[in-house]
Amino acid sequence: MATLTYLKDVVTLQLDLQKCNGCMMCITVCPHEVFQLKDKKAFIQNKDQCMECGACEKNCPESAINVKSGVGCAAAVINGLLKGTAPNCDCSNTKGDCC
Amino acid sequence: MSLSININSLKPLSASVPRVETQLNWNDYFGAFKVRWGIGRNSYIVKPGLYKVGKPNGESDVMVSANYKLSFDILRKNLDGLNSWILVLDTRGVNVWCAAGKGTFGTKELVKRIKLHEVDKLVNHKKVIVPQLGAVGIAAHEVKENTGFRVVYGPVRANDIKPFVDAGYKATPEMRRVTFPLKERVKLIPVELVYGKYFLLLVPAIFLILSGFSLRSYSFDNALISGGRAITNLFGAYIAGCVLNPIFLPCIPFRRFSLKGLLLGWLIASVLLYFRLLGASVIEIISWFLIIGSISSFLAMNFTGASTFTSLSGVKKEMRLALPLQFAAVSIGFIGWLITRFI
Repeated sequence: MATLTYLKDVVTLQLDLQKCNGCMMCITVCPHEVFQLKDKKAFIQNKDQCMECGACEKNCPESAINVKSGVGCAAAVINGLLKGTAPNCDCSNTKGDCC
Repeated sequence: MSLSININSLKPLSASVPRVETQLNWNDYFGAFKVRWGIGRNSYIVKPGLYKVGKPNGESDVMVSANYKLSFDILRKNLDGLNSWILVLDTRGVNVWCAAGKGTFGTKELVKRIKLHEVDKLVNHKKVIVPQLGAVGIAAHEVKENTGFRVVYGPVRANDIKPFVDAGYKATPEMRRVTFPLKERVKLIPVELVYGKYFLLLVPAIFLILSGFSLRSYSFDNALISGGRAITNLFGAYIAGCVLNPIFLPCIPFRRFSLKGLLLGWLIASVLLYFRLLGASVIEIISWFLIIGSISSFLAMNFTGASTFTSLSGVKKEMRLALPLQFAAVSIGFIGWLITRFI
């Protein structure tokens, strides 16, 4: 199956090569093979595949990765707009079912 | 002087851990079917804590899971033949990935559970296996600092666990990659329909009632003929946005989900037009193209939340343009349709 790709050039993912120690944790946790090892350091090879889940940022022991993470969910964005909060899908809320 | 002995402290810790089966029964499958349709979905839970599969000992692996029963069942089914411990975190009945996004499947909860259930006394190694998608909520290095336990990220899918363990806790690139195959997309269709149930039923009801109005009087015949047509057309929009879009997602042109939905909506509208079902006049036909297109576009756009590859930045960018257009189109369409009631 062809890889599914969303919009181009929108992702907020950033990598600070100065801080990277080449531990490869980002390569392990990324569900879309965004990172690759190049010269013993991480390298963003496929930025448009990033879904901004934030797993890499969370697991980078050197805080070398920055991404504005969140759920890529239109219903969550609308929920956030209505309530004046960050996008939130309320999946686990006791009232009502959601995504 | 009396000597008091806590009897429980003499028993091995493991004896008090409940054992679970690796075979799912009819009830488990029926329960899974029900929650896919949103029935009892918010209370489909297992008690957080420690469980065992087979006859685990101090060398056995510790698998971390969420307390959504669907997640727990898939894990235990795939541990058939392995002796291992399962540590269930309290994620308030939400699956691993979604709970990790919310932080309930998180560093704090994992650290708490490792300490609470004295996992260090249960096993003589310092390793817990966490599903890879849990990494969104868990910082491996912080768990290590706080408990001494090393987090090993397992495969994305539970059915890869055995090959992962056999390969010496190494995942292939395929095991690390999230996909979105047809089977997964089809499973999400009921949730999409149930999610919008009130809206999806309210809109046709409004159209049905309004269909009876004309300049002279209220006619139930009109309500049935023109209202019936409205219901068919709206149902077509729902099919396009909630059923066809998930099924054909990778094959539909355009990256934006709203455009995929618009295309499918207009396709359905064209089919209805061909069979002379869409409308009785040019204005009504144009109105229905606007209404069906915008509803289908909106519903398809909502599928971004169920998909496994859309970013928040992308969704926001898409919505900034799509939402006002959808709203404008559905409003103009609705006004157009109302006008045809009176001419």
